[in-house]
Amino acid sequence: MAQETTYYKPEDLKKFGNIGEFEPDLAKKFFDYYGAVFADGALSAKEKSLIALAVAHVVQCPYCIDAYTADSLEKGVTEEQMWEAIHVGAAIRGGASLVHSVQALNKVKELSI
Amino acid sequence: MKSLLARGSELSSSSEQLKILTDVSEKKSLPLFETKLEGSGLAPFLPTRIEILQVNVGKLCNQTCKHCHVDAGPDRKEIMSQETMRQCLDVLTGSEIPVLDITGGAPEMNPNFRWFVEEASGLGRKVLVRCNLTILLAGEKFRDLPEFFAANRVEIVSSLPYFQKRRTDAQRGEGVFDKSVEALRRLNSVGYGIPGSGLVLNLVYNPAGAFLPGGQSTLEGDFKKELKSQFGVDFNSLFTITNMPISRFLEYLIESGNLEEYMEKLVSSYNPAAAVGVMCRNTLSVGWDGNLYDCDFNQMLDLPVAGTVRTIGDFHLASLEKRKIRLHQHCYGCTAGSGSSCGGAIA
Repeated sequence: MAQETTYYKPEDLKKFGNIGEFEPDLAKKFFDYYGAVFADGALSAKEKSLIALAVAHVVQCPYCIDAYTADSLEKGVTEEQMWEAIHVGAAIRGGASLVHSVQALNKVKELSI
Repeated sequence: MKSLLARGSELSSSSEQLKILTDVSEKKSLPLFETKLEGSGLAPFLPTRIEILQVNVGKLCNQTCKHCHVDAGPDRKEIMSQETMRQCLDVLTGSEIPVLDITGGAPEMNPNFRWFVEEASGLGRKVLVRCNLTILLAGEKFRDLPEFFAANRVEIVSSLPYFQKRRTDAQRGEGVFDKSVEALRRLNSVGYGIPGSGLVLNLVYNPAGAFLPGGQSTLEGDFKKELKSQFGVDFNSLFTITNMPISRFLEYLIESGNLEEYMEKLVSSYNPAAAVGVMCRNTLSVGWDGNLYDCDFNQMLDLPVAGTVRTIGDFHLASLEKRKIRLHQHCYGCTAGSGSSCGGAIA
């Protein structure tokens, strides 16, 4: 068998449903939950797709990025809306780092004359 | 862009298209569409009753859209004769088929188009014209089409792939979006799409790429909001239609490397509830030369109706309603997700 050059293979996304092979009951609970989360509710399925796209970038999940880019297109989301969502994720991620600099500031002040 | 035929592309051959669909299905171990129907208890696949006579009056068009399943364009010269149109009218006269659906190409470019519409309208049937919008701005002789449509109470169905310029122009050609908006304003100005006018203007959404259409009602809401707020345009309903993996959309799928995945997506999204209501069951499609097909897609793939009645001149309702519908792998396009028909989502 040829040496695999990457852990991520796009075709594996289609096998997501197979994760129930060894624990079908838990997988079913997960997929039922997953389906309920993404259904129209107080937020529309379209808004949820955009949140998923932003989170996919924050957690850097290639499968999720493929899935929710396609899902956003299917739901008629504009490119502008998609990239604004991605920037929201990036801003939170960047902000999460920067807000810790308050701790650094505190430490600088604690240690300085 | 020229048509596949004018470019001498292998894909202008329907047998080559069918071979590609067969090959990709075998390579990816995709089930035959017919087998899938059997599994849903829908075999043999039979028509219900003919409610729509869909007449393709020619392949001549002022646009050359990237997803066109007809391979229509300015370089296509196939045009239905007045004699064949007369045969279509005779069929309407001699039957109770309630709807005449006129398509093309740009049907308005057929020199006998207006005569055909007036005669059909005079028969008291619902006449539906698939207007590409930009034809209304294609010259002086098309300028009064909105008034002509209104006078004959024609129902208009027009493609507008998206409420923004970029995706629309990418699919239908540079400048098409701005012209389409202007055409929609002209249709609105005579009452089309305006509540209470009784003049119906429906829009068609095709995905601008290798993905399926989303929920019809959500997209309709988005289109209504955006077209009204940005351009002051009104319309009645939005129909979502899946792109069929044939002709120029097949060319796009191959060239972009999306064919295998798109076919897998169509197959994995097969919806038996949609299969029950596909348009080939209540529609009869007439080609520009009078030949009969189960749908406009089978027409473009040269898959004529089964049975002994082959042309509109030999129309025989009872025989046609007993025929078995011709199927191939492209049929997955009409049964994926919420389904797809000339009137939009099914399930």
